[in-house]
Amino acid sequence: MKRMVLLAAGILAASLHASGGRATDSASTIEVSARSFMFSPATLTVKAGSTVRWINLDEEPHTVLDDSGLYRSAALDTKDSFSFRFEKPGTYHYRCTIHPWMVGSIVVE
Amino acid sequence: MMSTHDVIPPRRRALKCLAYGGAGTLFALSGGVLSPIDLATAAADGKAAAQLGKPLFLQISDTHIGFNKEANPDVTGTLQRTIALVNALPESPALTIHTGDITHLSRPSEFDLAQQLLSQLKTTEMHTVPGEHDTSDATVSEYFSRFGKASGNKGYYSFDHAGVHFIGLINVLQFKAGGLGTLGEEQLEWVEADLKGRSASTPLVVFAHMPLWTIYEPWGWGTADAPRLLGYLRRFGSVTVLNGHIHQIVQKVEGNVTFHTARSTAYPQPVAGEGQGPVPLKVPADQLLGMLGVSNVSMRERPRSLMLRDTTLT
Repeated sequence: MKRMVLLAAGILAASLHASGGRATDSASTIEVSARSFMFSPATLTVKAGSTVRWINLDEEPHTVLDDSGLYRSAALDTKDSFSFRFEKPGTYHYRCTIHPWMVGSIVVE
Repeated sequence: MMSTHDVIPPRRRALKCLAYGGAGTLFALSGGVLSPIDLATAAADGKAAAQLGKPLFLQISDTHIGFNKEANPDVTGTLQRTIALVNALPESPALTIHTGDITHLSRPSEFDLAQQLLSQLKTTEMHTVPGEHDTSDATVSEYFSRFGKASGNKGYYSFDHAGVHFIGLINVLQFKAGGLGTLGEEQLEWVEADLKGRSASTPLVVFAHMPLWTIYEPWGWGTADAPRLLGYLRRFGSVTVLNGHIHQIVQKVEGNVTFHTARSTAYPQPVAGEGQGPVPLKVPADQLLGMLGVSNVSMRERPRSLMLRDTTLT
């Protein structure tokens, strides 16, 4: 699990660099990519209050739907993204409604 | 020779057919018999009209309006070409059935363009079921606000036309783990009630977006609770199950039930299990039109049977 958090932090650092750095907004935003029909990292652990941003890196559109219906994105075309802020600790499973075998989890501590 | 539909044309004639390229293949859908009848041969015999029967409906599928990637940067153009092809038929079918993925991203502008294009078809009625690409907006409302009236916003409904009972089903809203589509308890109960008391001699046409039999489970090409649906259909003498989703023709016959998936008008997809997944298949430009197309279903009275013909855009 630790490794995945580090990986996510690495992606965050890269995105900060690319966007010119909006540290106050992005400090608690962690990215999950949808690429080659997989969410990566498939399980992401974040602190309560963090925002998770899903970005689609495939040519095919993807969506993000929380299993309990907490959030649902519109269809994300290539490079489109969707963000959700997790306030309460717990484990949140989600899937792509277009390719429902694509699943992932967010663990909020 | 053409009066029976279980005769394979001689090889000489079959070869002649190849020269016609996109003329298509005709299938008789009756009593579990599914046999290709060579269209060019039928035309050469001057019996084409009799073989084809009376046009019943057109099946169009997976138009994916809004798609703009390399596999086909002009899906509007290929849909327009499809519409021109259908409108040029000597006799227009009364109905068009769209088996879903009308749009690529469920965006209002895509639905608007698709409706504008499809309204140019010279058919009087359009019946639709949604694909998972049509229900991918955050509120799952764009499809239903346009096409939901026929089903009271449920997505499933039935109607009768020319003595044939049509049933449209929705299998893209709930998914089993692993990705197979699901009809769900409520819809299955409705089908059972809808068919109750109907004569077994009524020809049935059942249509839904995702295949109603399992073609390839790892890619979700199937419907988890379709076997229960099949249980309700089996007593009927002629059942035609039409789907889209996989952008290629796959067929199966089980008893009196014939299953058939249609081509897309937008882009082809790989054969099950080939490559990284069910992604748009990039083919050389001169091959694309030969992999896109529609299905025409006509009805022949003696013997009473539905005939299915696939036509490409070449």
